[in-house]
Amino acid sequence: MPKLIKENQVTEDDWLLVSADEANNPLPEGKLIVPLELWNERQSVLLARDHELGVWLDSNQAPELIGDRLSELALVAINFPAFTDGRGYSYAQVLRGRLNFAGELRAFGDVGKDQMFFMKRCGFDSYLLPDEKDPIAALQALSSFSDTYQSAQDQPIPAFRRNG
Amino acid sequence: MYQYNEFDRQLVKERVDQFRDQTQRFLDGELSESEFLPLRLQNGLYIQRMAPLLRVAVPYGALSSTQLRKLADISRKYDKGYGHISTRQNFQFNWPALADVPEILNELADVEMHAIQTSGSCVRSITADPFSGVTPDEIEDARPYAEILRQWSTLHPEFAYLPRKFKIAVCGSESDRTAVHFHDIGIVMTKDENGETGFEILVGGGLGRTPVIGTSIRKFLPKQHLLTYVEAILRIYNQLGRRDNKYKARIKILVRALGAEKFTEMVEQEWQHLKDTPSTLTEAEISRVSAFFKPPEYNLNADTSKSIQLNENKEFSRWYSNNTRRHRQPGYRSVVISLKGTGTPPGDISDYQMELLADLAEQFSFSELRTSREQNLVLPDVEESQLFEVWQALKSNGLATANIGTINDITCCPGGDYCSLANAKSIPIAEDIQRIFESPETLDELGEIDLKVSGCMNACGHHHIGHIGILGVDKKGKEFYQVSLGGGVGESAAIAKILGPSFSQSEVAGVIKQITDLYLELRTPEERFIDTLDRTGIEPFKEKIYAKTH
Ligand code: SF4
Repeated sequence: MPKLIKENQVTEDDWLLVSADEANNPLPEGKLIVPLELWNERQSVLLARDHELGVWLDSNQAPELIGDRLSELALVAINFPAFTDGRGYSYAQVLRGRLNFAGELRAFGDVGKDQMFFMKRCGFDSYLLPDEKDPIAALQALSSFSDTYQSAQDQPIPAFRRNG
Repeated sequence: MYQYNEFDRQLVKERVDQFRDQTQRFLDGELSESEFLPLRLQNGLYIQRMAPLLRVAVPYGALSSTQLRKLADISRKYDKGYGHISTRQNFQFNWPALADVPEILNELADVEMHAIQTSGSCVRSITADPFSGVTPDEIEDARPYAEILRQWSTLHPEFAYLPRKFKIAVCGSESDRTAVHFHDIGIVMTKDENGETGFEILVGGGLGRTPVIGTSIRKFLPKQHLLTYVEAILRIYNQLGRRDNKYKARIKILVRALGAEKFTEMVEQEWQHLKDTPSTLTEAEISRVSAFFKPPEYNLNADTSKSIQLNENKEFSRWYSNNTRRHRQPGYRSVVISLKGTGTPPGDISDYQMELLADLAEQFSFSELRTSREQNLVLPDVEESQLFEVWQALKSNGLATANIGTINDITCCPGGDYCSLANAKSIPIAEDIQRIFESPETLDELGEIDLKVSGCMNACGHHHIGHIGILGVDKKGKEFYQVSLGGGVGESAAIAKILGPSFSQSEVAGVIKQITDLYLELRTPEERFIDTLDRTGIEPFKEKIYAKTH
């Protein structure tokens, strides 16, 4: 099972992520995180369900694509197909900063200990780790640095305005 | 110089801990080579042909005596007793053992140094003029802004995994010594009609496989908006830069693909969301950082009689005119120490030379040195009356080579002797050329010529912007060299034009000799090499070279 880190602890995941391959299957029960294409096609069906809804963006799908429909979503997930594909960091900053998304923002895909501190700073608050990763070590990495220079979602005031 | 406070110190120490953990996990087999690679690159660590290469950041080239002594010490303890100045003003160790690197970083942290973001696909260390703060043609000192950018870019959470590396230079003077047009972002300090300081912003310049001169996307940016504007550019690039092909991943390709106008529009639009947010610089912050770069306590009674230039010693006079530069402060000069002695790889410096220079800086130049893009070291603030003494000390340690600005002041990447990406060796080419032009009379007759050598397309030796550029190419498994002419920076920013088919290693120095011979034939008395070339174009040179050899 992939492991979820949320609110600074390792926790059970009550969301089900529908992959792009599964998009044509009948919808499973429960809280779903669906691919953007599926949401575009079947928005009314998805909203009529009795559950909270999440959408996931691939690394080439900018958040502006869902900017005007964010109020319908309890969760947005961003895929990191490789940890070196850093587009998701900017997407997170835009979602939180400019589009004011206040729901859960989840990183999944090639997510690991060495990236999570930066992810947290950009506004992610949950992380779905691949099977082989150690969630406890990853959790510790969320506090790799006790302070930082620049403004980001976790600390909008840059150091120079705080320490001056 | 900038001095760390508790905040800076803690951050660098925590980075050392983080890297120690990453290295340990790699050595334990917990991180694969491909997982470790981007992480070690973010910390300046390459695995080269023979051994790792550790690139230590020398932000905008500023180095204290204490720091240089530490580098000497590390080179002795963990390396082979020497180091290398890179073309981006950084300092490289060629032979450290991987397992020692965390400890090296720990020792560097003690003297307020680190290797953060000196390689990898991230915002690299910021470069500036080695004569910042002392050059008479300065508009405003670039160092405070370079330091502000250094802090902002250090561990920036959004831009750690960019499509490709990202280089920023800040130019603060009339004549550009930073190659500002050839950076992903070039920041040119300027003043508006009210005398207010601001920046012209150039984007999408670069060397490498596709050399491009940066485009100006904003003529004047008031200084308080520096960080938000740069952030807007990077946000656009991070989202839209190509990630499918590393040769097309630099921002220059994006700017070209979108068109400068469209790109500018997107940046301006993004900036509207960032403008006036808390990242906007405050006067208090600008003056806090600027205070670190105040002029030192110059001797106001320094001898300004210039009598020193009349010194009887010919050798000294030659060194004076080639290796020292005008200074803003009366009675002072800046000294350029040539690391281009024939027979030593350009930019290399031994442990004892480092220590000697640290001592000289302490005694004669307020304990400060600078590294230059040309891979030399600078003592920024030396009293004219003490130059003779400085020269003598340099001379007895093999550091008084009087070839700055001449054809033998060769910029040269490590090339095939060290670098695993190389097509060809570059150091032996530099040496062949230096041997031909070694006599002082020849060098002085030729005057100013900027010659640059790279061992492959990556252009770390900046061959595209040399008056003469030499590029190592691979021709059916053999090392060959392509020669180009006419590159330049600043107002005459240009990409050198390829002369023609490439040459074997044994031919190169002879070809360069033919080029300079023709220059001597064609020139008018007042023309420098580049002036003659500008006037005649490349054709006569082509004819001369290829008529004979092909
Ligand atoms: S130009 Fe090529 S050979 Fe030279 S250092 Fe750079 S990558 Fe290596």
